Amino acid sequence: MKDDGDWFQQREQLADKEPERVGQEQRSSPSDVEEVRSAWLDWLHRAYMRRAKRTTALVGVTQVIILVLFVGLWEAAGRNRWIDPLLFSYPTKMFRQLWATMSDGSLWPHIGVTVSETIVGFVLGTLLGTLLAALLWWFPFVSRVADPYLVVLNSMPKVALGPIFIVCLGPGFLSIVAVTLSVTVIITTLNIYNQFREVDAGYIKVVRLFGAGRSQLFRSVILPASFPVIISTLKVNVGLAWIGVIVGEFLVAKLGLGYLIIYGFQVFNFTLVLSSLLVIAAVATVMYKAVSALERKLMTGWREQ
Amino acid sequence: MANSDPALTLRQVTHVYVNDKGASLAVEDLNLTVQRGEFVSLVGPSGCGKTTVLSMLAGLFLPTRGEVLLNNRQVKQPSTLVGYMLQQDYLFPWRTILDNAALGLELTGSKTRAAVEKAADLLAELGLPGSGARYPHELSGGMRQRVALARTLATEPEVLLLDEPFSALDLHIKLQLEDLVKETLRRLGKTALLVTHDLSEAVAMSDRVIVLAANPGRIRCELTIPDSIRQASPMKARQLPEFQPLFDQLWAELDAAEKAGWEGSESDEG
Repeated sequence: MKDDGDWFQQREQLADKEPERVGQEQRSSPSDVEEVRSAWLDWLHRAYMRRAKRTTALVGVTQVIILVLFVGLWEAAGRNRWIDPLLFSYPTKMFRQLWATMSDGSLWPHIGVTVSETIVGFVLGTLLGTLLAALLWWFPFVSRVADPYLVVLNSMPKVALGPIFIVCLGPGFLSIVAVTLSVTVIITTLNIYNQFREVDAGYIKVVRLFGAGRSQLFRSVILPASFPVIISTLKVNVGLAWIGVIVGEFLVAKLGLGYLIIYGFQVFNFTLVLSSLLVIAAVATVMYKAVSALERKLMTGWREQ
Repeated sequence: MANSDPALTLRQVTHVYVNDKGASLAVEDLNLTVQRGEFVSLVGPSGCGKTTVLSMLAGLFLPTRGEVLLNNRQVKQPSTLVGYMLQQDYLFPWRTILDNAALGLELTGSKTRAAVEKAADLLAELGLPGSGARYPHELSGGMRQRVALARTLATEPEVLLLDEPFSALDLHIKLQLEDLVKETLRRLGKTALLVTHDLSEAVAMSDRVIVLAANPGRIRCELTIPDSIRQASPMKARQLPEFQPLFDQLWAELDAAEKAGWEGSESDEG
């Protein structure tokens, strides 16, 4: 309360309390002015920080309220039969299900398989996409030839290729990763290749003026200048890889969260379906946050505000 | 000026740009000689091929006809003998200041510890001591252009091509940098060719100013700057009594060149 008043008022009150000290010193000596100014700036900063903190707290509280309301309403609706609990289940039922499968250990292999498929999918997808983009950049002729094919491939719903992968690669890990790659690689290639071409011609000129060849140009300008886009593509690919993996598991798997969903659907256990979705949401969020943290770590220093 | 040791020579140089829209003549029958240690400025209306000339001297491309010589040898590709400074600094945001200054050393394969130390010394000489570990976005425009100068000088070129390096800066910073660049180049005994739109900059910095006409680019006339202005720093030169008449003369020439350019382009189309 006391901090919220006008600072000059407070200061005058303080000065009143210590009249002797203020009186003894010259009021307008440079060090005094300096001190007053820095104290004032400090006060302004603290007031600003308090307001910022209050807003952050308010946001957090609102978020919690929404979550509690949503879960509570769902729970109430399920228990009181406002909605059909067989179809929509309700939170405590889902948590009981999750708790049971976690404690008997039957859930973990599913999570493990799906997470590893996803990680392999988005890392490999980003790497392959970058590699293809580099190829297109290196050979402009190839890029012109490939252009219409890439556009067609990109607009095609590639998950529909799933059955072919299963026939070729067998029902398992490989074909699921293949489905994931089919979702991620083309769009990654297009994005990163576009970025390669949009690198400011000035940077390229600087390097060429020092007599750099094409490979030096790629390593010293094109690739580092595209680094932020490559990392953000990695983030997009986390989401795309989840789509690929879940669809792939729908098609073939005997293990994995996608398999749990399709199995739950087949035996009409929607609690299993929804609780699996909950796990996917949680794991996907953790993964996304991890990639964001990686991005921040790699980009420290040179990123402009 | 009948010195027999030219650093740069253009002999009957003609360049044509060809693209989907057609072929256009950028410069025609250009003859130019720059002596070792000389500071020459090119001014002219837009479209007079100033940047084309610099690009050919830097070896970015060959002239369609004629000869471009550096130390009496034909220029075929970029070399470390020539340093080039662009209008914008184009510092790489992902490299520290020192790494930016050492970029040329790295690309030419001469990045030894001694060379990097020299680059750091160069940064200090140019007024940026102790900022080698910082990143470009932490620096002001003038400071960044100093780093770009250090990057250009680090590979120890004999000839500097300056492509409007001060035009993106505030007047105050621009005058400071003009002084710094002229002083540094004179001390190091470099040959320089400056392209600029700023006539007072051309008069204040150069030994010789060449006025180009446009459509196609060709030399219109040449102005030799008297010793009194040459000896002075660019900032002081502007206050000398000889400065204003020269500036006016250059202004009149450029005005005439611009008009001639319009007439030229009209008759081309007609």
